[in-house]
Amino acid sequence: MAEIGRGPAGLPAAPEAPLRSPASCAELFRVFTRLALQGFGGVLPVAHHELVERERWLDNRQFVELLAAGQVLPGPNIINVGVMLGDRHFGWRGALAATAGLLLLPMVIVLAMAVAYQQWQHLPEVAGALRGVGVVAAGLVLATAIKLMGTLRSNPLGRPTALALAAATLLLVGLLRWPMVGVVLGLGGLGMALASWRIRRSGATR
Amino acid sequence: MSGAPLVTGWASLGLHGLGWADVAALWLHFMMLSMLAVGGALTTAPDMQRWLVVDQGWIDSAQFTSSVAIAQAAPGPNLLFVALVGWNVAGAAGVLATMSGIMIPSSLLALAAGRYGQRNADSLAVRAFTAGLTPLTLGLLAATAWVLTAPTRDRWGAAVLLLATVLASVRFKVGPMWLIAAGALVGALGLV
Repeated sequence: MAEIGRGPAGLPAAPEAPLRSPASCAELFRVFTRLALQGFGGVLPVAHHELVERERWLDNRQFVELLAAGQVLPGPNIINVGVMLGDRHFGWRGALAATAGLLLLPMVIVLAMAVAYQQWQHLPEVAGALRGVGVVAAGLVLATAIKLMGTLRSNPLGRPTALALAAATLLLVGLLRWPMVGVVLGLGGLGMALASWRIRRSGATR
Repeated sequence: MSGAPLVTGWASLGLHGLGWADVAALWLHFMMLSMLAVGGALTTAPDMQRWLVVDQGWIDSAQFTSSVAIAQAAPGPNLLFVALVGWNVAGAAGVLATMSGIMIPSSLLALAAGRYGQRNADSLAVRAFTAGLTPLTLGLLAATAWVLTAPTRDRWGAAVLLLATVLASVRFKVGPMWLIAAGALVGALGLV
């Protein structure tokens, strides 16, 4: 498998540190477990450290491309990244190994924490602590949305249209509580149609 | 329902009074959410909360938000809040229904799309798909933040903590682990 050290488009990897690839499904499982166990409040920053800097399974560009695909496809981002990376090396077995690594041990821990919370939730400190974490969780999600707003600048839709679509989504799903299926199919379909029209038009004028 | 415990010990292994038809409906709803989760599992939280809390009345909004909070405080993907929501709704059968539901459709699609996208990264379809859905991802994240504040919206301390979190994360790049620890501390002191 000589092409593994190369990018999807056949571009050479970063020359200074040679890329390697996972030796087995067991190694995929081990690395993704280690990655998941370090991820408090989100695993994406840890994923970059482990997959790019420590294991050298991907270079920066490959990581960004994989992450972009993982984010745009429906489903949990990091799971999508694990599925696609695992599949590249060992087919569906690799995808399964990465996913299991991400989920098995963390799921046991989170259920244990839920049981512990149930034992001690009558203590005002415990109930208060979780309320505080809930507010921070909301803040972190909002912060992520704000950080990603920068990506709209290079969106073919243009910033005003993209912001209007985002605001309409917030209004319909968050405030008016419309079912998500109609909103994603409707507004998403509109967004994709507009984007393909703009891309085609900008390609024609060039 | 408002005083209902998050989990009820070994009784959680049971179905919490739900029938198997309800568990099947739960599974199907999460399979649908899986295909709609553009931008991650958390973006489905508003719809999940609407369906489970408002429409079905199987859990209350405090249980929903604490599921997300515990998953954020624990190591691992945020997606695991889905396991806790399932646990609260119908015990172990609920975990199986919600987790397999949210995982299977999107993972199969990622498998197929990963193979296709590697060959066609510059095609119009792939670019229009990405560009058209990115704004929705942002809107859904903002909606998720709004829904998570439902149990604490009448507390001004919570509003201050929320703004401080956003500022610390966006402006000063403070890591999520520290912010979650700070939130737990501030909450334990009774300030939110």
